[in-house]
Amino acid sequence: MPEIRNYTLNFGPQHPAAHGVLRLVLEMDGEVIERADPHIGLLHRATEKLAESKPYNQSIPYMDRLDYVSMMCNEHGYVRAIEKLLGVEVPVRAQYIRTMFDEITRILNHLMWLGTHALDVGAMTVFLYAFREREDLMDCYEAVSGARMHAAYYRPGGVYRDLPEKMPQYQASQWVTGRDVAARNENRQGSLLDFIEDFANRFPGLVDEYETLLTDNRIWKQRTVGIGVVSPERALQLGFTGPMLRGSGIAWDLRKKQSYAAYDKVDFDIPVGQNGDCYDRYLVRVAELRESARIIKQCVEWLRANPGPVMLDDYKIAAPSRDDMKDDMEGLIHHFKLFTEGYCPPEGEVYAAVEAPKGEFGCYIISDGANKPYRLKIRAPGFSHLAAMDEMVNGHMLADVVAVIGTMDVVFGEIDR
Amino acid sequence: MSSGSQNGMQGRLDQLASTLEERFSELNCEVERSCGEVTLVVPADKLLEVANTLHDDAEFDFKELTDVCGVDYSDYGSSEWQTDDAPNTGFGRGVVEQAAEQPDENRRFAAVYHLLSLSNNVRLRLRVFVDTNQPIVASVVPVWASANWFEREAFDLFGILFDGHPDLRRILTDYGFIGHPFRKDFPLIGQVEMRYDEQLARVIYEPVSIDPRTLVPKVTRKDNRYLNDDDATQDAADA
Repeated sequence: MPEIRNYTLNFGPQHPAAHGVLRLVLEMDGEVIERADPHIGLLHRATEKLAESKPYNQSIPYMDRLDYVSMMCNEHGYVRAIEKLLGVEVPVRAQYIRTMFDEITRILNHLMWLGTHALDVGAMTVFLYAFREREDLMDCYEAVSGARMHAAYYRPGGVYRDLPEKMPQYQASQWVTGRDVAARNENRQGSLLDFIEDFANRFPGLVDEYETLLTDNRIWKQRTVGIGVVSPERALQLGFTGPMLRGSGIAWDLRKKQSYAAYDKVDFDIPVGQNGDCYDRYLVRVAELRESARIIKQCVEWLRANPGPVMLDDYKIAAPSRDDMKDDMEGLIHHFKLFTEGYCPPEGEVYAAVEAPKGEFGCYIISDGANKPYRLKIRAPGFSHLAAMDEMVNGHMLADVVAVIGTMDVVFGEIDR
Repeated sequence: MSSGSQNGMQGRLDQLASTLEERFSELNCEVERSCGEVTLVVPADKLLEVANTLHDDAEFDFKELTDVCGVDYSDYGSSEWQTDDAPNTGFGRGVVEQAAEQPDENRRFAAVYHLLSLSNNVRLRLRVFVDTNQPIVASVVPVWASANWFEREAFDLFGILFDGHPDLRRILTDYGFIGHPFRKDFPLIGQVEMRYDEQLARVIYEPVSIDPRTLVPKVTRKDNRYLNDDDATQDAADA
């Protein structure tokens, strides 16, 4: 009779399935997890403290770097908190642009999640498919802001600039020439909106492709059905939000319940799971991909028909136009003051949340009337999800830990902040 | 945002504020309204009682705790650049630290809780001021399990202790970190820096070699356009 011992296993922080820098200390009984203790903070950059030392607008780029696969949704949470503090309303066109880009971001995030989750569990192909579409969406980011990921596109009072009339095209190079370039540029002949519409039209077909690879796949089901089950009551107790909560059967979505931007003007459904396991959360997120495409189409239609300002016309908050800055003394002074000192919101405190792809992303700002936030607290959805790690993997096998990490959709930029 | 849902939300918040007033005023709790949000200031020794009622009572039904964070009020209202009176020599351009009025003895640290009720679709903020020298407050983990890591974070960053917490360890800072980095008296640049020492053949810590500097001074301007009528009359009275 061999001696049976419990032992401790160190998982990460350098591990491809750790999604960044998660360190898990696992107490094992054979191959069964007895206790999981996640060690986080390896990516802690004190974003909140840094924000306290800067004028409000200068912290927007930090928000991109929190959850670095759903950049614009983080910005949205932050600028919404500032707008609430200032008591300003954003122009309608900017609201629609934000709605559209929030959904583009949601697709970006869910594709990243789908690819890596499937890769962790053993399906390689999905990753390649998902990244093909991410490329198109990052081109949209680039067209509108100049950056493929860290856009800093949302500003208090609207968005940085209107959608471009021309979609950038591929140039011929040493490796890609002639017909290949023409093929790549085929859907880039018109404006950015044309490109996005084309994407939204073909995307549901692409989601079908991902689903043929996974939804009825025997191995995928064996690895996810019945794994990491969370009951609705526990999901609330544990502070779950977003797809993690909806996977357990609670139809809670801030876009519907506490509507913001233009979400109350577009038509979409909230997909809800039944069993609260990894497979249901997978189905919820895949259904969200389809819903996002639906929202994007409606936004494109509205944005085509309704030109207008995309930024508040208030030089105390939003920068004056380039022309005004060059010609007009007032414009120059406003520009200078805005970029050197910023603006001073009134004293007070606000909490504003958005439905980020991972769940509720909230910003709590305390202002003491100065040009910098007195305290900024970022409520990252992944933080409370990861906190439930111990409960979710308890009694599961070691290999299931990887499936649970995947289903949580953890990104350490936001968890460690 | 449509005005309909806006009004609905406003109505629910009014309702919540009046119910809170009614139920908790005898526990010395104060209800504050600002920016369309409700805050309940709870005395530290009453927190668990209030938390239990808010969670269990069907009238409130705050089943979800979305966030807990610490706040250090010691620097509140300070500024680095005088803007009120212009002396004959004009405004100084350098950074001159203007110390804030020191908050009352027990008004330095606060723990702030954000609650969400799914059934009533309202949010509520709880603020609990804790003792400055012995910052201890009861843990709400027995009421909301999600408080676990949030309280660990508030302990790590602010040094607020949560009595009854099952596992109050540091969470975000490094193993063996000293101090509570989000307190206002902790420098942004930190206390120590780390490098690999070739002689000792290991990583060593030494005091930081970088001078802290202010890039943009903290300025408070009372911009009139944000003041609502009440504040304007108040200011006129002050003057």
